[in-house]
Amino acid sequence: MSGKRSAPEIRVQPAPFDPGAVLSEFTAKAALAGAGALVSFTGLVRDIPGAETLDHMEIEHYPGMTESALTSIAEEAMTRWAVSPVLILHRFGTMRPEEPIMMVATASAHRQDAFLAADFLMDYLKSRAPFWKKEVTTGGTAWVAAKDSDEHALKRWSED
Amino acid sequence: MDVLYFAWVRERIGVPKERVQTSAATVQELVAELRGREERYALAFADLDALRVAVDQELSEFDASLAGVREVAFFPPMTGG
Repeated sequence: MSGKRSAPEIRVQPAPFDPGAVLSEFTAKAALAGAGALVSFTGLVRDIPGAETLDHMEIEHYPGMTESALTSIAEEAMTRWAVSPVLILHRFGTMRPEEPIMMVATASAHRQDAFLAADFLMDYLKSRAPFWKKEVTTGGTAWVAAKDSDEHALKRWSED
Repeated sequence: MDVLYFAWVRERIGVPKERVQTSAATVQELVAELRGREERYALAFADLDALRVAVDQELSEFDASLAGVREVAFFPPMTGG
């Protein structure tokens, strides 16, 4: 990669965002940095399986720790793979079905690093960033339980 | 020090944050003190396997030292992404 490595861009916000607009902006920044490959992931609020219907989701976070945890995760990705720029955007507060929750984007000279770094970011975001999801449905409210599979997913990054 | 609670731990205890005067040397000792306070604390801290702790905003273990620590937070496993 010919460009300089930039600090990861970390955004933690309650407001909805337009994934297309965020991606356009990131693409321009990646192009300037000399990247040849760009990977992005967007998470959306979806209805839950079963009879109940999701009205909305509430995400709580730990102000201060959230930003530092996301920065550490992004910096770790930038140490393991030749990726720059790196973006993590995560919302908190109230969000409705079909709205975007979060987004990560990575750019690199070649696709392999960009894919791996994005995958790594998502695995770590799931269980190492201080966010907690609560689902408000027609049947009541419930905190989303962490999955064993999410914790297990972290192991593959320490095996090589 | 400040003790913070998030998600269902916050709901069970009833406050997001409180100032705690303690001589506890470790997180575990702090948990034991809090458990002894009132039923709502005993309930929140009933199963430590269901809890995670951050010490000065870094994920930590329950045997971590509290020497010089300003902030301890208790919460369930995180569900970001």
